[in-house]
Amino acid sequence: MYLTREEERILSGECGLGKQKAMEILAALGEIYGADKLIPIESAQIAGVSYKTIGDAGLEYLADLTGKVVVPAMLNPMGMDRFRWKELGIDSTFFEKQMAIIRRYEMLGVEAQCTCTPYYIRAPRKGTHLSWSESSAVSYANSVLKARTNREGGPSALAAAMIGKTPNYGFHLDENRIPEILVKLQFQLVGADYGTLGYVVGRMVRSKIPAFSFVNQPRDDELKALGAGMAASGSVALFHLDTTGKYEETLEVQPADIRLHSTGEADAVVLGCPHCSRAELIEIERFLHGRKVQRPLWVCTSRFVAQRAAKTVSRIEETGARVICDTCMIVSPAFEGCHMMVNSGKAFEYGPSLCRSPTIMGSTEACVEKACSA
Amino acid sequence: MLKRISGRVISKGVASGSALVSNAPLSFLGGVNPTTGEIIDPRHELYGCAVAKRVLIFPTGKGSTVGSYVIYQLKKKGVAPAAIINEVSDTIIAVGAIISGLPLIDKLEINPISSIKTESNVLVNCFEGFIEVEL
Repeated sequence: MYLTREEERILSGECGLGKQKAMEILAALGEIYGADKLIPIESAQIAGVSYKTIGDAGLEYLADLTGKVVVPAMLNPMGMDRFRWKELGIDSTFFEKQMAIIRRYEMLGVEAQCTCTPYYIRAPRKGTHLSWSESSAVSYANSVLKARTNREGGPSALAAAMIGKTPNYGFHLDENRIPEILVKLQFQLVGADYGTLGYVVGRMVRSKIPAFSFVNQPRDDELKALGAGMAASGSVALFHLDTTGKYEETLEVQPADIRLHSTGEADAVVLGCPHCSRAELIEIERFLHGRKVQRPLWVCTSRFVAQRAAKTVSRIEETGARVICDTCMIVSPAFEGCHMMVNSGKAFEYGPSLCRSPTIMGSTEACVEKACSA
Repeated sequence: MLKRISGRVISKGVASGSALVSNAPLSFLGGVNPTTGEIIDPRHELYGCAVAKRVLIFPTGKGSTVGSYVIYQLKKKGVAPAAIINEVSDTIIAVGAIISGLPLIDKLEINPISSIKTESNVLVNCFEGFIEVEL
């Protein structure tokens, strides 16, 4: 990979150890994936935040790290709501370790916005290059916002943020963004159907780039759910809605394919995977229409969105439901082993594996009904 | 006969040690105890082996990118491998080796897994891009 004179200087250590290590990471990745050069990025989104996920190993690494990020960088969700951690049953040891991780990131210049929907805070511009890690955010950025990012690991996104560049390979290049398989649906989908569809299609297409032919035009929130499901059950990082062009492979999805077997008990109903938009919060409030919940209903969103939808949040909370920020059901230890009902293909995929939680799936409305029934 | 084999340097450094060879991809997160260096994944063929001070040879990494941090923690506890040889390195192992200062080489002229035996002495020179091993 070609390096400019300035980049060579950083690699030789003239600009400090932190930057040198970051440049070594980018140079090695460029070498492994055959990049020709480094390209500037607009922003970074860094995974590896929850203490549940990175543990002492990650904390130790972050504690030793020096330097500053040079582009706007935000974080993935952490293991708790930073203010309401006690309500989630988080103990004080976890709290201390988690806040130590957040402080370390802040010292590196990273904004402590902990969310898988950073695009609600600052949407990347079309065509710009990014280093984002959270798989649903990567999918949304590539597919809905038409920016360009690979699915980075936490350390590589952080390295890119410290240099302000990323190696030019993968989804940064036109030739790797061409759809490979046509997915046809001849029936209408609504709401959580898209998350289920994502879960089902991700299993089938694995890492291929699908193009969807829909009967109706999906909303952005629905595309978010679709991408999240596909990125979790497969490793789809980009999909298309424009189906012009020729396809060697076609996949026809029937209504029966997206009817997941989903009956069972639910100790708690957990929504907001990926983090709720303002519109989704309003929808949840509408389905609740002032009833009291009969079992725990947790709604996950970013602090940024919660603050801007404060009235909706307080009306949801008046029902006994809780709107929590900075975290989610998957990265928080709070839901481990709990029988969950979710409206998300992604949470349906990860609940059993990452939380050891038997998980059932339903539409947002069905989830709210479950929460309101004894 | 001592043989010199060229490869691609991913992370710089020089080290030598006794080879520990596996045919299976390795996840450091959940696969290796970060404080003892013991391989704890019961489904892995090196289950029960310790990676400390060995030249660890395996096809590539797998699993969570947190694995990079586990390699770093192994290094800090003094139980990291001396060096790593992959068929083809992936992001997790590459980043882990770089942040931990472990020599890492891949794409050797010969397949290291079928040619190098466990407990052979291997020198990994990741300044010049070769390994030396008794074959």
